[in-house]
Amino acid sequence: MNEIMDKQEYAKLVRERMPKSKTGMECLRAFLVGGLICVLGELLHIFYLEQWQMSEDNAAAMVSITLIFMGALLTGLGVYDLIGKFAGAGSIVPISGYANSVTAPALEFKREGFILGVGAKLFTIAGPVLVYGITSSILVGVLYCIFGGIS
Amino acid sequence: MTKKIGRQSLRFENVFIKSWASAAGPTEKKGTFGSYYDFTIHDALFGENSFEAAEKRMFTECVKTLLKKASLSINKVDCLIGGDLLNQIVTSAYGARDLDLPFLGIYGACSTMAEAMLLSSMQIDGGFAENILCGTSSHFGSAERQFRFPLELGTPKPPTAQNTVTGTGVLLLSDRRLTQIKEETRIRITSGTIGKPVDPGIKDANNMGAAMAPAAASTIAAHLRELQKKPEDYDIILTGDLGTHGSDLLHILMEKLGFDIRKQHKDCGAMVFAGLPSHYSGGSGCGCCASSLASYFLSEMQKEKFRRILFVATGALLSPTVVQQGETIPGIAHAVSIELAEKHSENDISFQIESF
Repeated sequence: MNEIMDKQEYAKLVRERMPKSKTGMECLRAFLVGGLICVLGELLHIFYLEQWQMSEDNAAAMVSITLIFMGALLTGLGVYDLIGKFAGAGSIVPISGYANSVTAPALEFKREGFILGVGAKLFTIAGPVLVYGITSSILVGVLYCIFGGIS
Repeated sequence: MTKKIGRQSLRFENVFIKSWASAAGPTEKKGTFGSYYDFTIHDALFGENSFEAAEKRMFTECVKTLLKKASLSINKVDCLIGGDLLNQIVTSAYGARDLDLPFLGIYGACSTMAEAMLLSSMQIDGGFAENILCGTSSHFGSAERQFRFPLELGTPKPPTAQNTVTGTGVLLLSDRRLTQIKEETRIRITSGTIGKPVDPGIKDANNMGAAMAPAAASTIAAHLRELQKKPEDYDIILTGDLGTHGSDLLHILMEKLGFDIRKQHKDCGAMVFAGLPSHYSGGSGCGCCASSLASYFLSEMQKEKFRRILFVATGALLSPTVVQQGETIPGIAHAVSIELAEKHSENDISFQIESF
């Protein structure tokens, strides 16, 4: 490589000539789609509370369940990846995005069988979220156990 | 040792591209070379249960199409030299199994087509074979899952990313001393240059153009220097899958090396999806340059639209495993010079070795 150009010089050239992401536009799209998903969640919340007369806890759980179901269904129908390409983080961060990250490998690895395919690969994308989510919740729990009781 | 020129280049005297065939997927059909493919598959699965099976079927059907076009019995084929992007190069290996062909499997990522053409030309010019098939393939569905994420995962790609081309291209190379050369098979492979892996230190699997551009520049420069040629000696310098971003970088690097190739340069990756929405920096994959060469470029060459093409297939030697361990992604490129021989009288089958 050095006979053509110094590596650092090349890295600089690559950065300069790289087609740029339209960050402003992407943020706006993420905000709109992500916001719409949250509005949908809020509407569902009101619906479960008022129409189905659910308790606050149950209504909150039902909102998550409904959004997860919709995320998985739209993934299966081949729509969620199109939404994701448009919205970016706007459709990845909400809980429907988590459903997408589990359903997508399930569909993809179905052909390798239910044990070594779906079973083993189901959490290839969501796995790190689980590992570090659960680990940090345990850590916080331990800290709370030690220091939370003082006050 | 007159066949070897300099450190990396080789000269061939008797190698002809006798016939060719290509196939591609439904998106590619809408692209630049859409009307030139021998056949296109209507959906990504091609009636099979998996993308891998679909890719293999596309490859074997393409070989059969070629043999039909060349009216050659499969028993006359001495060897298949080819590869693809999948682990254990399953498409070409299982393709050779199904076709019952002697097989040399190779892997050079997306540079595999030029590598296959170089090795085939060496065999033929060395008198070890009369007819060799060389071909490569790639499939969006099977490549994406191996190198990146599941297809239905809703993640956006950066503008430097490229989409793997669903496509395959197969060439039949023949020895002119042993083959009846007809008027329509005037396309020769006259020389080639073996590329070195060049590592520019890129780690981003979504910026393959930048990883491959220095390798392409290194090989093109070595080719031009060792064979004492100028970019103007070629009508087209055709790179494999640098994409728009990588092509731009190549022009700058070539200028540094003292060559201006902007006029002659074309890139299959930048061309294949041109005009279609959401294809980022262009197409990529072993099948990208193979299907483009074995469709538009050779067909137009036969019609004398182009006379000399320097085909430079470019590959990013990306292994997700070692990149995760902190390694960078080296690029590699091999060059093959394809020329249209002058028309000849019926009695005279000796060709002028031109331009050397």
